[in-house]
Amino acid sequence: MLQENTSATPEEQAERAWVGFAPGKWQQGVDVRDFIQRNVTAYRGDESFLCEATERTRKLWGQVLDLIKRENAMGGPLDFDTDLPSSITSHSAGYIDQSLEKIVGLQTDAPLKRAIIPYGGIRMVQASTEVYGKKLSPRVNEIFTKYRKTHNQGVFDAYDTTIRKCRKAGIITGLPDAYGRGRIIGDCRRIALYGVDFLIKAKQRDKEQCNLEHVDEASVRLQEELAEQLRALQSMKKMAASYGFDISRPAVNAHEATQWTYFGYLAAIKSQNGAAMSIGRVSSFLDIYLERDLALGVISEAEAQELIDDLVIKLRMVRFLRTPEYDELFSGDPTWVTESIGGVAEDGRPLVTKTSFRVLQTLYNLGPAPEPNLTVLWSPKLPANFKRFCAKVSIDTSSIQYENDDLMRAKFGDDYGIACCVSAMRLGKQMQFFGARANLAKTLLYAINGGRDEMIGAQVGPEMPVLPDEVLDFDTVMERFDQYMGWLARVYINTLNIIHYMHDKYSYESAMMALHDTQVYRTMACGIAGLSIVADSLSAIKYAQVKPVFDKHGLVVDFSVEGEFPLFGNNDDRVDSLAQDVVKRFMSHLKSNSAYRDSTPTQSILTITSNVVYGKKTGSTPDGRKAGEPFAPGANPMHGRDEKGALASMLSVAKLPYDDAEDGISYTMSLVPAGLGNDDASRVHNLMSILDGYFNAGGHHVNVNVLNQETLVDAMEHPEEHPQLTIRVSGYAVNFVKLTRDQQLEVLSRTFHENM
Amino acid sequence: MQTAFMDLPTRSVDSRHLLGRVHSFESMGTVDGPGTRFVVFLQGCQFRCRYCHNRDTWDISKGGRLYSVTDLVTEILPYMPFIDASGGGVTVSGGEPLLQREFVRVLFKMLNFQGIHTCLDTNGYVPPTQYDGELEKLVRCTDLVLLDLKQIDERRHTALTQVTNEHTLRFARYLNDMDKAVWIRHVVVPGYSDDVDDIRRLAEFLAPMDNIGKVQLLPYHTLGKHKWAEYEGAYPLCNISPPSRAAMQSLLAVFDEFDLVASIG
Repeated sequence: MLQENTSATPEEQAERAWVGFAPGKWQQGVDVRDFIQRNVTAYRGDESFLCEATERTRKLWGQVLDLIKRENAMGGPLDFDTDLPSSITSHSAGYIDQSLEKIVGLQTDAPLKRAIIPYGGIRMVQASTEVYGKKLSPRVNEIFTKYRKTHNQGVFDAYDTTIRKCRKAGIITGLPDAYGRGRIIGDCRRIALYGVDFLIKAKQRDKEQCNLEHVDEASVRLQEELAEQLRALQSMKKMAASYGFDISRPAVNAHEATQWTYFGYLAAIKSQNGAAMSIGRVSSFLDIYLERDLALGVISEAEAQELIDDLVIKLRMVRFLRTPEYDELFSGDPTWVTESIGGVAEDGRPLVTKTSFRVLQTLYNLGPAPEPNLTVLWSPKLPANFKRFCAKVSIDTSSIQYENDDLMRAKFGDDYGIACCVSAMRLGKQMQFFGARANLAKTLLYAINGGRDEMIGAQVGPEMPVLPDEVLDFDTVMERFDQYMGWLARVYINTLNIIHYMHDKYSYESAMMALHDTQVYRTMACGIAGLSIVADSLSAIKYAQVKPVFDKHGLVVDFSVEGEFPLFGNNDDRVDSLAQDVVKRFMSHLKSNSAYRDSTPTQSILTITSNVVYGKKTGSTPDGRKAGEPFAPGANPMHGRDEKGALASMLSVAKLPYDDAEDGISYTMSLVPAGLGNDDASRVHNLMSILDGYFNAGGHHVNVNVLNQETLVDAMEHPEEHPQLTIRVSGYAVNFVKLTRDQQLEVLSRTFHENM
Repeated sequence: MQTAFMDLPTRSVDSRHLLGRVHSFESMGTVDGPGTRFVVFLQGCQFRCRYCHNRDTWDISKGGRLYSVTDLVTEILPYMPFIDASGGGVTVSGGEPLLQREFVRVLFKMLNFQGIHTCLDTNGYVPPTQYDGELEKLVRCTDLVLLDLKQIDERRHTALTQVTNEHTLRFARYLNDMDKAVWIRHVVVPGYSDDVDDIRRLAEFLAPMDNIGKVQLLPYHTLGKHKWAEYEGAYPLCNISPPSRAAMQSLLAVFDEFDLVASIG
């Protein structure tokens, strides 16, 4: 399938590829946004044009589904490498069924077979291979322990005692210090629009312009990184050639554009085992090619849908080799292949296209699934037909999350994508240093216990006297809490500085960064967990009488609470303002520290599903939560404490200041179908309105689950009958049957808004 | 912010500080009127419905919290983004809101002033002595009445609710005379209110009234069962299951014959 006219000049190739597109500055240099703005066709109609899966698609997906069922039954990887470290070009071409696939390319040479990517840490690879019954090749082990240092080793060379203690106590957790950091989105669309050679030339120019007259660490690093990026681009061409495609030149049609874009993404997931490997915002970009081909009559709607279905099949097959402990922390096996859909342009035009519908349609054509992590950039200004369709798909599949486009557009423009769950970034222009999260509930306990950990008893934070055996005074606790937040922010940023210095050094994401501008804006993406517990605890201390309960070592291990106090999640300013205050305070502490590579500190209020694990590691709190009990996910109110129904809970969350949590504020809503209304039409109407209302009120993110609790109970008992049952957790979705039993029970115990 | 926790007699204060006894709120009401609605459940009811799913609202002198109208409006206003987006509003339910009709009237008056759609979910139990200026004012500031017509047959109504239905039927005619928009709600309880002849009589009663927007047939459910546990006596309907979909459909068909718009739920 290698195309002819290899003799054509780059200019001739571009002319051929771009015929029919509105010209603009995107033709002179890399500027995908300009291309989209000039060429996108907003679609305001309804979903009636969509096609069901073709026979071919059903057959292909059937084969993949069989593999997925086998994988689920095994409770681990279907197969994995033990002796071939993965790179962009490490494996020969792999197929599901070459005769059926329209979009090709696998991470390894066989479907669902997992690669080993040791640059983040060899120990994680070794542990993963052993736990799943194979032995890592001694040669690979030797290379990555004796000759080639990994990120993980670098980090632990530099960690000091305090950091190690904090990590052990779990006051800072989920750190990307043993695996790839992820959360970087390569702008894969560039490959389709320009071809790799164009990108190589641009990077070569940038490299030549790098001034080495005054050599310092930053300039040397940049020179080296650009060389790495150029190598990655060459490798991408080689990888594509192994599948019979020449991506040195731009894509000439929708099929190529989809394939080229996917190759860019494939290069990323072959070279990095990052926590979250998001794809960006490709659907409305690809729509421009699909529209052109449809107008030319070279493809039909059914064929257009096939391309999107096939791309999504590939995105559903992304796999990484990870340990069961990692899967326990993150619930199942998430990859966060986040695709951002819709949104509104800066000039007010909707960026909703027919392909925005086509991507959502995959949830019907292929059934519900957690990946790709379909994220609708919502604005009340979106076309009503699209909003209606989103609401319908949510009710039918529980597989969509929504984020406030109006809020994010103001900060990130109109060509941003979501990395992982809630982290917005300008595509190709911005990256983040992923920083997991700090446990603020535990920090509050440190404030009371004078820096001693309530679970392990060790002195972790700076030592202060334990607060005395009397009713806690709000002002005293708050002052202490603020001091400990200041201490924690410093340790936390220091830790992240070490992690990201080492990651850049030992596991640099050359493929993804090759698909960025050379000069990028960087954020240090910190996070907090336990916000609703902290808010309720402070509320208890302020409005009720809270007395500490000591163990025999003089450590506060529980609290007695007398009197009533307002609870977060009821739109009650008395407590909601406490939550807002904590968010602001911690952000200002983070900002007062200097972050690696001049990055700007930000924070998220997001737990992923580790709210269960955090809970296990945190002692009893003044709000009445007992030691070991789970936290609420993300920014959610604690289970069962929101007494005024779902919208009160949403309003409390919507009040949290996005300006002080620019990396995202996650809220998960679970409804039973009857809770949304009496019939399908009113359910769709009500859900649309709830989303409009929530985002108008300033909410940032919401997961919508519309499920019957009985379905979940049945899935716990008969997992084999629900291989595709999807439930949105904190910023992403998971297969319910892949959760641990603890996590399943936690999901079941969450507030399901029933509306009586 | 609620400030009024003191138990004051309602008539001793000016109307803006009138206190109502509120059982609870539901911020996302999706089944009590159009759009998403902020539902205020008031405390107290005269009916003793065997299927009541809010058993805990019966006693007007116990339970709930006192709110002034101003506090309640302050509680409601933040939900405007949702109310505006959905074409929703505020529904006062219960319990039986007519037991605190002065409070409801002042509340609705203030909501009218804010441009918020008001809905009164009532069993319509208005004795003849209460057809006065106060009632008329309340009806005038109500945009939509959800009238629960539990059983058209007097005897069976008493068996089901322990009170007569004559007041409710009179109130229905009164609302028709006032040309007030009404949705009729009828809970279908197998053995108590699912007889097809009764349903036909109900339809006959409603057919001449042109103020009836729709009739909602609500299948009896058991979700309120747990609330009975803390009260004397067993849940009276413990042997009754929700009606089948087919049974609901056949009752629904009756309303078609009379050109009444009807729906399940």
